[in-house]
Amino acid sequence: MERKFIQGNEACSEGALYAGCRFYAGYPITPSSEIMEVMSVRLPKVGGVFIQMEDEIASVCAIVGASLGGLKSMTATSGPGFSLMQEGIGFACMAEVPCVIVNVMRSGPSTGYPTGPSQADMMQVRWGTHGDHPMIALTPSTVQEILTETVRAFNLAETYRTPVVLLYDEVIGHMREAITLPKEGELEVVDRARPNCPPEEYRPYDISKGEIPPLAAYGEGYRFHVTGLYHGEDGFPTGNTKLIEEANKRLLSKVEKNREKIWKNEDFYLDDAEIGIFAYGVSARSAKFAVKELRKKGIKVGLLKPLTIWPFPDKAVREMAEKVDTIIVPEMNLGQISLEVERAAGGRCDVRGIYRVDTEPIHPQQIMDAILSREELTLPTELAERDMTDG
Amino acid sequence: MAGEAAVKVPYREKRPFDYSQYIRKGKLPHIWCAGCGHGIVLKSLLRAIHASGLSKDEICMVSGIGCSSRTPGYVDFNTLHTLHGRAIAYATGVKLAKPNLKVFVATGDGDALAIGGNHFIHACRRNIDMVILVYNNYIYGMTSGQASPTTPQGMVATTSRYGHIDPPFDTCEMAKAAGATFVARGTAYHCQELEKIFYEAIHHKGTAVIDILDSCPTYYGRLNKMKSASEMMLKVEKDGTVPVAQAAKLPPEKLEGKKLRGILYRAERPEYCEEYFKLIERVHG
Repeated sequence: MERKFIQGNEACSEGALYAGCRFYAGYPITPSSEIMEVMSVRLPKVGGVFIQMEDEIASVCAIVGASLGGLKSMTATSGPGFSLMQEGIGFACMAEVPCVIVNVMRSGPSTGYPTGPSQADMMQVRWGTHGDHPMIALTPSTVQEILTETVRAFNLAETYRTPVVLLYDEVIGHMREAITLPKEGELEVVDRARPNCPPEEYRPYDISKGEIPPLAAYGEGYRFHVTGLYHGEDGFPTGNTKLIEEANKRLLSKVEKNREKIWKNEDFYLDDAEIGIFAYGVSARSAKFAVKELRKKGIKVGLLKPLTIWPFPDKAVREMAEKVDTIIVPEMNLGQISLEVERAAGGRCDVRGIYRVDTEPIHPQQIMDAILSREELTLPTELAERDMTDG
Repeated sequence: MAGEAAVKVPYREKRPFDYSQYIRKGKLPHIWCAGCGHGIVLKSLLRAIHASGLSKDEICMVSGIGCSSRTPGYVDFNTLHTLHGRAIAYATGVKLAKPNLKVFVATGDGDALAIGGNHFIHACRRNIDMVILVYNNYIYGMTSGQASPTTPQGMVATTSRYGHIDPPFDTCEMAKAAGATFVARGTAYHCQELEKIFYEAIHHKGTAVIDILDSCPTYYGRLNKMKSASEMMLKVEKDGTVPVAQAAKLPPEKLEGKKLRGILYRAERPEYCEEYFKLIERVHG
């Protein structure tokens, strides 16, 4: 068992290499650049390809090209770069090309405060690219989890032929923790299904034998066509309205139908909780500490920490909402996920947010104070109104 | 190395040439308008590919968005029709993942030089092995005739009704300045010459850029009062160009307003993928 004291971003690179990533294209941006720097050193040593592209748009396009060439591929960026990548992410959804995109969240909008953390890209991750599209996004909150969730991100991308976003904030990206490096074979590593039919019979979007069709690689005898236009099962453009509707619905349903397999949560003192906390990323760390402290005072608080934020863990939130009086959502934005929690809770309990956007993480004390006094809690929908009256 | 002698293409079979061996069954007719030169360019390309002896499995054609970018859908290669302007970035990923593939990029003047300008110059800088075909018809055809980065000054487009004031890019000068090691210009009118240029480009190691002067009678022609597609071809492609070998002998006044045709520049410089794979060998241990 190898223990290592490393940074979150370095753990991401370790996870990617463990998962079999053999192509990285990227563009420098704080606070994600260490992932790229480590990949530039490590990939050539395992025979993989590293390329520094001219911008983030080129980076996301290059990883999709390389993935179609048969390599597990990734890029990493932060807010401004992630904004630039949106069209390319949509292409990967539409063309069903596996790839992993890491977004180490910094303060925004625009250039914002580049070295300051945030959790304000939660909705952009889900809906950043145009059109209805599927999305899988994972939210680790420790350095160890960054490693394991990076491996899982590749596995999900390969399994469902879709881009997967690994989403964490600057705090855990730059934090150093002692972690255990997994041994070979210890973690599951999934490779995409390849066609075994004769090349002339290959249809890259044929779902007759399963909802996720095998993906051939270019240059291996399967000459197929890939386009960002709506296409039939042969991959060629179509203007058939029935096929377009079916294809759009299938794109979403291939993820939604399998969400039980994609969801991953951690429960902490939830069984007898009267107050529930829903927290992810760095905020989940503070929440966990707050739960421990409040339990010492005899307050029945518990934590639901999602490691899969998209598709949204509706079921886990609903189950929590049935047990607790209030769900509190601390997040480093102005209420992006608390609205989702409120939707999933469906009126079964109160939902309140603790929002912080001054580029400082939400401290455990802030959560504890809020729970003890209940004064700092905000209704997900009343934020704008409250700010106006305060001003 | 300007003014090269004409290239002889070694034909492996006599004409008439069987294009259908490279065209996907059931994918024609194409979307291109009557009088558009894109089909002529494609025929020249397929003849050059055939002469080069490349198998269909060894070829990948990548495109962006626009009329010319629909080419990959018609040809029986490994094909990828991507986002507007981004073909070269996708092609870079494909090439590095599968370096044995011969990668062609089908792109237009707007796709390559406006929205995709950054990727264009950086591919040239890296000298990554790919053949970039810039179908240059001076206009955005797919979106109905807006001005492009190569629309000449004074000409009319749907976004320059009073005459275009922007100075145009010269695709070849730009490619050369950015570091491309094979730079050529051909036209749809001079289709046999174009075939020879393609043949040479295929055998070149590094970034090869070919500026292909082409006609859009539907928009550029109609907006600029050119009566027919053939008139456009004669005026712009035939009379508007001079072979580079001949240009050296002509007085400057005869070259005014003319574009040079042929292989304009060729150089040897380390190719990106080869350099990368050398790096792997160096650090692999």
